[in-house]
Amino acid sequence: MLRAAPLLTALIFLGPIAAGLAGTLLPAFGWLPALGGRAFSLDPWRALLAAPGLGKAVLLTLGTGFAATLLSFGLVVAFCAATQGRPLARRAQAALAPLLATPHAALAIGFAFLVAPSGWIARAMSPWATGWDRPPDWATVNDPWGIALILGLTLKEVPYLLLMAFAGLGQVRAAEGMRAAAAMGYGPVTGWLKVVLPQLYPQLRLPLYAVLVFSLSVVDVALILGPGTPPTLSALVLRWFSDRELTQWFPAAAGALLLLLIVLAAILVWRVAERVCASLGRRWIAAGGRGGQARLLRVGVPAVMAVLLVANAAALLVLITWSFAGPWRFPDALPVAFTLATWQAQVQAIAAPALTTLAVALATTALAMALTLACLEAEQCRGVHPGRRALALIWLPLLLPQLAFLFGWQVALVRLDLDGTLGAVVWTHLLFVLPYVFLSLADPWRALDGRYARSAASLGAGPWRVFLVVKCRLLLRPLLVAAAVGFAVSVGLYLPTLFAGAGRVTTLTTEAVTLAAGADRRILGAYAGLQALMPLAVYAAAVMLPAWLNRDRRGMRPA
Amino acid sequence: MTLKRRPLLLAALALPIATPIVVRAQTPGQPLLAAPWDEVLREARGRPVFFNAWGGDDRTNAFIAWAGSRVRDLHGVDLRHVRLRDTAEAVARVVAEKAASRNAGGSVDMIWINGPNFLAMKEQGLHFGPFVDRLPNARFIDREGKPSTVVDFTVPVEGLAAPWRMAQVVFIADSARVPDPPRSMEALVAWARANPGRTTHPNVRNFMGVTFLKQALYEFAPDQAALLRPVTDETLRPAADALWVWYDRLRPHLWRGGRQFPENGPAQRPLMLDGELDLFIAFNPSEAAVAIANNQLPATARPFVLERGTIGNTSFVSIPYNAANAAAAMVVANFLLSAEAQAHGADPRVLGNPTVLDIAALPEAERARFAALPRSPAILPPEALGRPLQEPHPTWMTRVTAEWESRYGR
Repeated sequence: MLRAAPLLTALIFLGPIAAGLAGTLLPAFGWLPALGGRAFSLDPWRALLAAPGLGKAVLLTLGTGFAATLLSFGLVVAFCAATQGRPLARRAQAALAPLLATPHAALAIGFAFLVAPSGWIARAMSPWATGWDRPPDWATVNDPWGIALILGLTLKEVPYLLLMAFAGLGQVRAAEGMRAAAAMGYGPVTGWLKVVLPQLYPQLRLPLYAVLVFSLSVVDVALILGPGTPPTLSALVLRWFSDRELTQWFPAAAGALLLLLIVLAAILVWRVAERVCASLGRRWIAAGGRGGQARLLRVGVPAVMAVLLVANAAALLVLITWSFAGPWRFPDALPVAFTLATWQAQVQAIAAPALTTLAVALATTALAMALTLACLEAEQCRGVHPGRRALALIWLPLLLPQLAFLFGWQVALVRLDLDGTLGAVVWTHLLFVLPYVFLSLADPWRALDGRYARSAASLGAGPWRVFLVVKCRLLLRPLLVAAAVGFAVSVGLYLPTLFAGAGRVTTLTTEAVTLAAGADRRILGAYAGLQALMPLAVYAAAVMLPAWLNRDRRGMRPA
Repeated sequence: MTLKRRPLLLAALALPIATPIVVRAQTPGQPLLAAPWDEVLREARGRPVFFNAWGGDDRTNAFIAWAGSRVRDLHGVDLRHVRLRDTAEAVARVVAEKAASRNAGGSVDMIWINGPNFLAMKEQGLHFGPFVDRLPNARFIDREGKPSTVVDFTVPVEGLAAPWRMAQVVFIADSARVPDPPRSMEALVAWARANPGRTTHPNVRNFMGVTFLKQALYEFAPDQAALLRPVTDETLRPAADALWVWYDRLRPHLWRGGRQFPENGPAQRPLMLDGELDLFIAFNPSEAAVAIANNQLPATARPFVLERGTIGNTSFVSIPYNAANAAAAMVVANFLLSAEAQAHGADPRVLGNPTVLDIAALPEAERARFAALPRSPAILPPEALGRPLQEPHPTWMTRVTAEWESRYGR
């Protein structure tokens, strides 16, 4: 049984991706018998290239994707370099972790509520500082250059990359390296960049690629913060997929494939840039410049990070504020009155998607945990080692644009008569939840001292008892954190829900994105606010429960 | 690879409306279409209805939620609103199911529909019915006084979709800032030039945005009668050329310089409430009254219409040919036609939509529901609204959207 776990996981996992990619590839070249496409041709590509706005959409995709990734990466590197060894780093880690739980869509909506010309920032500053009694005619959201989209993505990607960096720093001997560098007269920032970064980067590579791919192919954030005429390529492709003329599916499939090619090319470009930077960097290191104290950087970067943190928190706060707002006109900094009216009016409508969100997230997380633990146990008890290449497979759903295989997967689900069922949505969510659960659980699980299990076994405990009473109990905290991460990922998924749910299974995310097009801000605030609070509550429980259970066990409290 | 359009069918649709119409059943032999109403009710009880309806307007969403609670109480039907970003999504789903040969047990039970979406489904034989005359409440529909309840965008409905709300274009102006609003699309240019950035139109991919352009088409097309026939290259060119000349004069003076547009009609409300817009287009004569009542527009918002009239149409619900719960959908469609639902929808605190029914034909008690509705200074009386202009043939909408997209969407 246990021996088969990795294989089973791979099948559950790779089946949909393979079916999905094939189901996108064939229509991209004219093959989709259900719609009368029975011959291979390049017509879909001709239609794609003739589509108005395609060129601009591609440029926009590349610009926003690379800008968001570079900006996030730059900030993270600068922050790590500026805070290495300072208590600030640990505090930042604690403050950032909950931000990871916030779904992209909710954050994007909250961000729009902040920076729109009539947003909270403008309200708070008007009219006393700005002189505005009406909002300025500025495109601070949905701007044609995608700046709001870049900032919205950065807001979410920085906490993720930073936590990945902190995790990576635990594996390289940063403190020792820094001491040696300092002894040789290197400034703190220069020393970090020359000694620690080259060791850290390999740990960050896959997370960075995931950020790059996500930024290039995201749909929900692009719909909320990005421009509309034309939008990014992914939003354009989604528009064609939902056209009533199903012949649009052919160019849409070609567009999804184009997006895949763009993403692969982007990774390649990044890879080449890595090499170039590495060789330039080696020369820079060899040149032996010691660098100064970089005081400005050591104050400036944490300040930028603080702004980012405040913006994240304010984005959530503004959602909640709107959901309780009575009349609230520009330029009032706060609503005239607070009221429960929105929640009372929406409670019935919001309950159904909220329950679906909960059910899907719980089921997906439970499945992902079971599969992950089975794989990890197979590794430890049966010696089934997946190997490095198999491990890279777990990243696959995060390194492919969702659109590239979700459409084909939806066609397969229709054929299996599973579309629009909870099961299909859970299965599809699993593709994205499993990697995160696996990645966050694998290290602590493997790091657990094997002697605990052996001692328990020698005292007569059976394998189940060893597993439950010893391993799970000792690793309760990472287990619950992994579950919270899985839950948060599931709650935030937009496109997978949209395609597998066929409109019948709707979650807070799909509803919030639909409403974001123009609904009353009070209602939108309620949907997006609840969407954000749900994973936050689960995360809080995951952190507090072990702390409470372990209150009498000093050795099991986090250091 | 491309789905061939059938020119014959299009030609048939272009026949004058007076020609007797042979009603073609799209689902012949469907036992439900012959079943007595009691049996329909029996079959509906305990069933869900997946109502695919555009979810961009929270007032309408609230109305659908109310209707859901009523049909649950009255008939044990579980109405579930599938909130669409665009109605075309639901049509695409039905077409896709047909392509996959799922001819029964389909995932869409009912669609809020009209215009190009209705025509597309009719052309491909995807409507269930004709079922409208099977609905007990259908006899009160005001077919004479409101011809758009039986002819949708010049296309005969033929009982394939049940009307449930009337719509007519109005413009909303904040009377505190615009005491004397422009009364024609031509005058709008001068007004916009004098008040740059103070008006806009929704995204043209949204029905409200393209309706803004169709409203102008009525003013600038050299041959208005051509708008009521399927568009051809010969009729499109002069009309569209005149339209774009006008639009190019207007666009630079729009909100955000005409480079960015609100996603849909309701997205314009907060813009006016915050003072970003002074004037915008809406599709409901009571838009101002309803929004004021819900704190979504300033109390000074007032509707007005153009001197040469504004476009009006009817919203329908249709049932796809493969709907899993057609009986329950019929029950919902019948409820939407009831005096109770129509009067609730006409309430200026709810939707404020004019009813599709002939109030005079209703029994005394039902008439009283309409008489009891509150009045609002922000609602135009019917005589001020004027007789609505007929919607152009749906093909105009499709072509104008495509032209706009290729001219301004790149």
